[in-house]
Amino acid sequence: MSDYVIIGNGTAATGCIEGIRSVDPNGKITLISKEKHKVYSRPLISYLLEGKTDVERMKYRSDDFYDKNGVSFLPGISAAKIDADKKEISLDNEEKIAFDKVCVSTGSSPFVPPFEGLDTVEKKFSFMTLDDALSLKDALNPESRVLIVGAGLIGLKCAEGIKDLVKEITVCDLADRILSSILDAECAGIMQKHLEENGIKFLLSDSAAKFESNKAIMKSGMEVEFDVLVLAIGVRANISLVKDIGGEVNRGIVVNTKMETSVKDIYAAGDCSEGYDASIGGNRVLAILPNAYMQGFAAGVNMAGGDKEFSNAIPMNSIGFFGLHVMTAGSYDGECFEEKREGVLKRFFVKDNCLIGYMLIGETDRAGIYTSMIREKVPLDTVDFELLKKVATTFAFSGENRRKKFGGVV
Amino acid sequence: MKRVYVNEEWCLGCHLCEYNCAFANSGLKDMADALKGKKIFPRIHVEGDEKISYGVSCRHCEDPMCIKSCIAGAISKENGVVTINRNKCVGCLTCVLVCPYGALAPSEEGTMQKCELCVKNSCGEPACVTGCPNKAIVYEERG
Amino acid sequence: MSIRYIYPEFEVVRNENRCIACRVCERQCANEVHSYNEEKNVMISDETKCVNCQRCVSLCPTRALKIVKSDCTLRENANWQNDTIKEIYKQAGSGGVLLSSMGNPKPLPVYWDKILINASQVTNPPIDPLREPMETRVFLGKKNGEIERDEDGNLKCSLPPQLELSMPVMFSAMSYGSISYNAHASLARAATELGILYNTGEGGLHEDFYVYGPNTIVQVASGRFGVHEDYLKAGAAVEIKMGQGAKPGIGGHLPGAKIVGDVSKTRMIPEGSDAISPAPHHDIYSIEDLRQLVFSLKEATEYKKPVIVKVAAVHNIAAIASGIARSGADIIAIDGFRGGTGAAPTRIRDNVGIPIELALASVDQRLRDEGIRNNVSLVVGGSIRSASDVIKAIALGADACYVATAALLALGCHLCRTCQSGKCNWGIATQRPDLVKRLNPDIGSERLVNLMTAWRHEIKELMGGMGINSIEALKGNRLMLRGVGLNEKELEILGISHAGE
Repeated sequence: MSDYVIIGNGTAATGCIEGIRSVDPNGKITLISKEKHKVYSRPLISYLLEGKTDVERMKYRSDDFYDKNGVSFLPGISAAKIDADKKEISLDNEEKIAFDKVCVSTGSSPFVPPFEGLDTVEKKFSFMTLDDALSLKDALNPESRVLIVGAGLIGLKCAEGIKDLVKEITVCDLADRILSSILDAECAGIMQKHLEENGIKFLLSDSAAKFESNKAIMKSGMEVEFDVLVLAIGVRANISLVKDIGGEVNRGIVVNTKMETSVKDIYAAGDCSEGYDASIGGNRVLAILPNAYMQGFAAGVNMAGGDKEFSNAIPMNSIGFFGLHVMTAGSYDGECFEEKREGVLKRFFVKDNCLIGYMLIGETDRAGIYTSMIREKVPLDTVDFELLKKVATTFAFSGENRRKKFGGVV
Repeated sequence: MKRVYVNEEWCLGCHLCEYNCAFANSGLKDMADALKGKKIFPRIHVEGDEKISYGVSCRHCEDPMCIKSCIAGAISKENGVVTINRNKCVGCLTCVLVCPYGALAPSEEGTMQKCELCVKNSCGEPACVTGCPNKAIVYEERG
Repeated sequence: MSIRYIYPEFEVVRNENRCIACRVCERQCANEVHSYNEEKNVMISDETKCVNCQRCVSLCPTRALKIVKSDCTLRENANWQNDTIKEIYKQAGSGGVLLSSMGNPKPLPVYWDKILINASQVTNPPIDPLREPMETRVFLGKKNGEIERDEDGNLKCSLPPQLELSMPVMFSAMSYGSISYNAHASLARAATELGILYNTGEGGLHEDFYVYGPNTIVQVASGRFGVHEDYLKAGAAVEIKMGQGAKPGIGGHLPGAKIVGDVSKTRMIPEGSDAISPAPHHDIYSIEDLRQLVFSLKEATEYKKPVIVKVAAVHNIAAIASGIARSGADIIAIDGFRGGTGAAPTRIRDNVGIPIELALASVDQRLRDEGIRNNVSLVVGGSIRSASDVIKAIALGADACYVATAALLALGCHLCRTCQSGKCNWGIATQRPDLVKRLNPDIGSERLVNLMTAWRHEIKELMGGMGINSIEALKGNRLMLRGVGLNEKELEILGISHAGE
């Protein structure tokens, strides 16, 4: 019997452990991890290939993290089924674990469409886990020509990571622009140009229709030859554990602001969950690390008997390629104010006297000031918005506001 | 815990805090040697205009957003001081995305840096405090 | 201007190996001497604007700057000196009266430096101030000539109001308007902490400083700026300013550009109007008139506060002092010709008035001769520069000293003598808010307290050396002084013997 069981071993799971321990220093925690590794930072796998980090430095917490927090760590094991009435989890090794509260933080899995001829491709990889990255690295050599399907955050990060290891990279996507989930056409165009200047080739509004061993035949008819194929089309939240027992699911496992699912004593957090997104006023999968941590922490606190709501989550991204950085946050459904300069494009979205979102490319200093304005719904008539559009500075706030921010303990 | 506080009433916008910070964290013994001909990357920066100015540096929040957001787990709290493990940082700038005070910025090497109250350098006490010519910056416990 | 008659007096020397182009010099120079050339990443300096206030030198973090006197000089001439010639050029260019700030810089005799102090040896041993109690307290005010007893033999305590000072030094008059709000705040707080007094000068008393009233002398000058009932009641004493050592015979002048905001409000005159104090008080044309004003002020303050009359040291100072001593004033303040000023005509500052040492000695002697020394306390100012000057002044007969230049130096003044421009880089002699900010009263008052504390200790050491343990025993004790390099007449006026005698 474990007071708390956490299914998953990523950022949300870590947040959950720390959340539980902030309230309950003694209750038994068991963590079930499909991957054998101790918790590591998944977003760093491209940096690993690039050489900016290594397996040791990628660890999200220290090696003694589980021991120090009294967590019974079960690596290489999956949860097969949750019995909500008996309060029992069946593992894939036939064992069962009884629980008082469980947190499902199973993350997501790469989505691989059933491409014709995909089975004929010898060297094909997803780009999701540390093991994916390590096996991809093994398959590459300086003569490799790589085709990456998917010009989203994962596909492009992979391209950046392997650029110096291979001869040629081509990225294709059905969308008419790169990073279509977060950027509009103009901003995406700026980033695309920068990536092209750094040697990445793009085929947009086009995708593979069929594969033939070392060749992809595109929808447009064009043929692309490659040695290695990376599939980074998208991910699907791992919702089966809750879906199978009738819990409310959508694209992800639906949770309230306390991270509770529709099934009693079952919580969910991280990329597998669909929690409240303050920028749209409804639920949405927000698969970003900071949100995963905060959701996990809130779940943990509530599981341990505390009371924590996480109600100001917004989509936000900070991503850079070859030295050019992009930051986005919130929603774009408002009046747009633009600042444009050589190499810099900033877009601010305003609705009901509040900043609701922004897109910054080329100049991202102190963007957190804008992010906090979105999350805290700061009325724009209390700040010098003209100044803020030009530069992110706390000087745009009133003297009184600044004294509160900087004069005490926050 | 003592923190660095800047008083707008006395800040002259002279920027000496920035230069003292850059020097203190340079690891070198002579300021001219450390900073001559170089662009500085201070961990405190002056904001404002000709009439009002003040220095901004990490607030060492009680519940820091940067720690929760760092994708590498490189930021942590040691004895109340929010500190960055430069070894783990990959320069993704997620911390910049979330810090409400704009207290973090890249260093010369590309990894992130911010005020760590001079606990790790040879100064011992925050260099911006000792170097302020008008006692606008103080190091004290509040709240 | 196609011909530059006057070469810049100072040169800015920058050690290029040490300059890190941090731009502090540029940001902190109100005269805009320094600027940054972005293209070449170097700092450049325009020495034509430099006044040698050394703000940049003091703030440069790598000590890369120094200001030197230009060695571009005219041919040496003991009669037509460089400065003399430059002043002619200036007047030929402007047609105006030359104005200067601070005290007389000419190489006229400094008598303090020609007077030596005694120390005890063998008989009458010295006292160690760290082991024995030493009394540095003084009381300023009219003293009774004799002890009076009632019919039962008990002491009759009929002492007029006295000012108690923890040491025989006070901060002299500097008006709000000539110096900044923060300078006044520093002086007021330091005086309060030290247990001495500071003087409002002729600019009135800012309402924020009423709280320091018990340590404030409120001044009534010929322009009567800021004088109203509450003002008189706020202070510990009222000072009638008849004259000032730096500019005897003329009044004060604060240009309209400086009469803004709180300065205008405190002086009770409209913004932008020149604050001109007339040369005489237009209601004082005789000693009887002075007596009338003294008693009006006493009436207004219910006879609870001493009245001070401040005069400049001029030729008949002894006779003038004698008259004042009979007018009902409690304290006479004499200001010697070295006294400082915010702005005064150069010729008057440098040529009018007499040294305070001689004035003090002659006044003290005259009052004693006439048997009225106890009618008044004597306070002297006009370049009291150190604790030894204080000791010598007291030995010559003073009850206490006024210091002003020394106080400003403690606040950061570098005696560049360009106060009249209103661009004091140290935040002292200016009303520009961005410059006034540079004087943080927390720091300013601490430095003033440090200075006076140091002087108090030195006074005790010097007294202890003489075998004296209280200021009272030093007062007028001319036997403790000897002159050196003084002629017979000087010795006679000072009332001291020559060293060796």
